[in-house]
Amino acid sequence: MFRIAIKMLMGDHAKYFTLVSSLVVVSFLFLQQGSIFCGLILRTARPVEVVGAPIWVCDPQLRSVDESKPLLDTDLQRVRSVPGVKWAVPMILQLVSAHLEDGNYQSVRLYGLDNDTFFGRPKMVSGSGDLLTQNEAVIIGRAESEKLNNPKPGDTFEMNDNQARVVGIADVPRDFFSYPFVYAAYDRALQYAPSQRKQMNYVLAAPADGQDAAAVAKQIAKVTGLAAYTENQFRWLTMGYYLKNTGIPISIGLSLLMVFLVGMSIVGQTFYQFALQNERYFGALKAMGTSSWTLTKMILLQALLVGLVGFGSGAGLGGIFGLTAGGQDSKVAFSTPWQLFVISFFVVIAICLLSALISIRKVVKLEPAVVFRG
Amino acid sequence: MANPCNSTNGSSAACLRGVNKVFGEVGTEVHALMDVDFSVNCGELLLLVGPSGCGKTTLLSVLAGILDATTGEVEVFGARLDRLNQKEKTSFRRDKIGFIFQQYNLLPTLTAQENVAVPLLIHGMDYDQAQKQAFAYIEKVGLANRADFLPAKLSGGQQQRVAIARALVTEPRLIVCDEPTASLDGETGKQVLEMFRTTALGPDRAIVVVTHDSRIFPYGDRIAEMLDGRILSIHENALGPHHSLENHP
Repeated sequence: MFRIAIKMLMGDHAKYFTLVSSLVVVSFLFLQQGSIFCGLILRTARPVEVVGAPIWVCDPQLRSVDESKPLLDTDLQRVRSVPGVKWAVPMILQLVSAHLEDGNYQSVRLYGLDNDTFFGRPKMVSGSGDLLTQNEAVIIGRAESEKLNNPKPGDTFEMNDNQARVVGIADVPRDFFSYPFVYAAYDRALQYAPSQRKQMNYVLAAPADGQDAAAVAKQIAKVTGLAAYTENQFRWLTMGYYLKNTGIPISIGLSLLMVFLVGMSIVGQTFYQFALQNERYFGALKAMGTSSWTLTKMILLQALLVGLVGFGSGAGLGGIFGLTAGGQDSKVAFSTPWQLFVISFFVVIAICLLSALISIRKVVKLEPAVVFRG
Repeated sequence: MANPCNSTNGSSAACLRGVNKVFGEVGTEVHALMDVDFSVNCGELLLLVGPSGCGKTTLLSVLAGILDATTGEVEVFGARLDRLNQKEKTSFRRDKIGFIFQQYNLLPTLTAQENVAVPLLIHGMDYDQAQKQAFAYIEKVGLANRADFLPAKLSGGQQQRVAIARALVTEPRLIVCDEPTASLDGETGKQVLEMFRTTALGPDRAIVVVTHDSRIFPYGDRIAEMLDGRILSIHENALGPHHSLENHP
C-alpha cells in the first residue's frame, strides 16, 4: 500500500509541488536565518580566536573580550609564578581611533603583542610579521582593511597622534563589529592607546607540557584572584554575553518562529485539502478493508517523503547560498554548523508530521459509508 | 412474521432482522431504516429500488458492514456483523465484500490495472503479483488494451468496467453496487449488468444492486421495493433471467 500512497501523493502534481516548494522555502529560510544567527554570534568570538592563546587571564568583572578592564603590571608576574604555567605574556586589546591620511577617523581593534615573542601575531598575507620590531610598525588585518583605505606596506596613518606604518597585511577574518584589526608591538601599542593608569588588560598563558589548560586556568584563578579561561571558555563567555545582552536571539528567534508558523499553515492547509479532496478515495479504501492504521501509515509516509524532498532541496539551496554569500571574507555573517542541519531537518519533519496529523484525524474519523454519497 | 433467512431459493447470503437505523440526535433524529427484514440468496442478483431518500443506500451500507445498524441483526455469510468490532468488520469487508460505486471511486493517479490491484494489496499481496492478477481481471472485462490508462482517459463505461474488475479481483462472495448505471448511457448500462451476471455471479455469491434505473430491471432475479425506510415488497422478477440461472447452477 506504500506504493499506492506515493502514487496518490505524486500523481497530484499541483499538491505535491505546493507541499514540496513550501518545505523548500521553510528549510531554506530556517537554515539561512539560523546560519546568519550562528555566523553573527560566532563572529563575536573572532577577537579571541585570532590570538590562539590556550589561556586568557583577565579582570574577574570582565564580561566579554570587547570590554577593557586593565590589570596591574604585577599580575603578569603572579600568573607566571602559578604552578603549571609554562609561559605568560602581556597583551593589550583595545578599541582605538585611527586618523587616516584622507582626514577621516576609523575605530580599529588594536592588539599590543608581547615585545619578545609577538605571540598572537596572525598569519601574514603580505609583508613580514618580524618587521613589528621596527619603529612605528603595525600589521593590518585584511578583512575590513578597506575602512583604512586598503593600505599597503609603507602606508601610514595615526593613532593617538602617533604615526603607524603598515609593514604587512595579515589574514584576519571579520569580527562582529566589523572593526579593522591592527597589530603592534606591546610597547608601541602603549603609545597608540589612550593613556590610562593601567593599560595591560590581558595576560595570555600556556599550560606546562602534559597539563590540562582548564585545570591550569582554574589554578591561576585560585592563586591570583583573577579570571582565567581556556580559549574555548573565553569564546563562550563572549558569545554568551552577546546572546544575553543583545536583541539578536529574539530577533532571529522570531523570524524562525514565523518561518515555522507560515510553513506549518501552508503545509497543514495543503495536507488538509489533500485529505478533503481524497475523502471519497480514502473512504473507498476503508470500505474495501483498509484499516485506519494502514491509512495512517500511508499519510505519514507521504508526509515524510515530502519532508525529505523538501528539506533536501531547501538545504541544498541553503548550502549554495552559504557558499556564494557566506565565507570568512564575506560581509554576510553566515555559518552553518552540522547541528543546524539536524535541527532544521527535525523542524521540517515536525511541520510535516503535525500537518499530517490534521489529515490523519480526518481520515481516521471518516466513515467508509461516505463512498455511497453521491 | 416469517424468518427472512429461511430462503426457498437456496442458501442465504445475507439477512437482516428487525434492522433500524437512526441518524441524528434525539429530537432531530431521522429514521432511515425501520424494522427491515430482508434477505439475499446465494446465486442471485437482487435489485433494491425505490424513490430517493427511501433508505436504499443506507440498507446497502448496513449490509456491506460500512455502517452500523442502530438495532437489529445483520448476518452475512454466517457472520453477525452487529456483533463484530470495527477491526473485525474491516477484515470481513476485505475478505467477503466487493464494492461498486456510482462515481466509480477509482484512484485518479493510478492506472486502470493499479486500481484493480488495490484490493489485492490491501490483502497484503506482493505488488508485482497483484499487478499480474489484476491484469487477468482487466482482460476479463475487455480492457487489456487500456490497462495502463489513468481513469481520466477512460470513458464512463470503461471506468465502470475497471470498477467491476476491482470488485471481482479478490473473488468476494457478496458484491454491493450503488447506482452502477446512473452515470452511463442506456446501452453501456445494459452491458455493465450483463457483465455482472456473466463474471460476478456464481452459486455461492450474490449481488445487490441499488438502482433507480428501470432499464436494468430485467437483469435482476428479485426486486425489493423500499419506501420511507421500509421494505414494501420483495418479488421474483418474472421477466428477469432468474429461471435460466437456476437451470445453470
